[in-house]
Amino acid sequence: MIPMRFDEIKRHLSGFRVGIAGAGGLGSNCAVALARSGVGTLVIADFDKVEAKNLNRQYYFADQSGILKTIALRENISRIDIDIKVITHTEMLDRTSIPVVFSGCDVIVEALDRAEMKEMIVEVVQLQMPGIPLIVGSGMAGWGRNDLLKSRKVDKNLYVCGDESSESDDDFPPMAARVGIVASMQANIVIEILMNKMTDNLSLNYENKA
Amino acid sequence: MKIKLNNTDENFEGETISVSRMLELKKYSFKLRIIKVNGILIQREKYDTTLLCDGDDVQLIYLMSGG
Repeated sequence: MIPMRFDEIKRHLSGFRVGIAGAGGLGSNCAVALARSGVGTLVIADFDKVEAKNLNRQYYFADQSGILKTIALRENISRIDIDIKVITHTEMLDRTSIPVVFSGCDVIVEALDRAEMKEMIVEVVQLQMPGIPLIVGSGMAGWGRNDLLKSRKVDKNLYVCGDESSESDDDFPPMAARVGIVASMQANIVIEILMNKMTDNLSLNYENKA
Repeated sequence: MKIKLNNTDENFEGETISVSRMLELKKYSFKLRIIKVNGILIQREKYDTTLLCDGDDVQLIYLMSGG
């Protein structure tokens, strides 16, 4: 890490576009962290509406019940920073739409609910969008067990955050604290990848000059 | 044969082993996972026909519902 003021960090991050697949617990919290950090453009895809039961972990408010999550999240992000551009896709992602919806994104965050959907997006991004890093969230249900939550770099373009074992269901619900940790881990990796592009550019310039 | 499985050495009998058989022997029960061999994603329908050899770097990710 090179020492830098937040203004400089924000200026650098403003030039990037990050895709977020799903605007539930992971996606809404990750999007907000990226918006606060100054990532210039967020592409958010979700087909669902805000429900009261989502409020235990998702970045929405009680008066947004019944509103599409894409619309509600864009509204919430605009209240944090009006300059962040939010592109919304209100649709269920599939193998055909993923490369179209997220074309031009520098990094993609997997924030879908069902494991089958997670498998699909990993396959599509890894096989059809070579060179685009994907940050997967896997295993964050329940509470406590901080020490099990981890962030793992599988290779240059695939990262996984979570405990890779706590599956959510009705009797083992995802909750704000643990989901929030994993969403923040995902956002933190995105920022690291994007900030490294600055260091890469700097060293490249240096090499060119030298 | 010896492979790296999530950065840990794992030994198996014989010179090669299919991805399916490796999962069986390791008693991995979760249905949804991502497997990469030497950085290449192996799709589910190729688990039977993809053979692992000595020195292969295998990465396995478990996919849990919730988000």
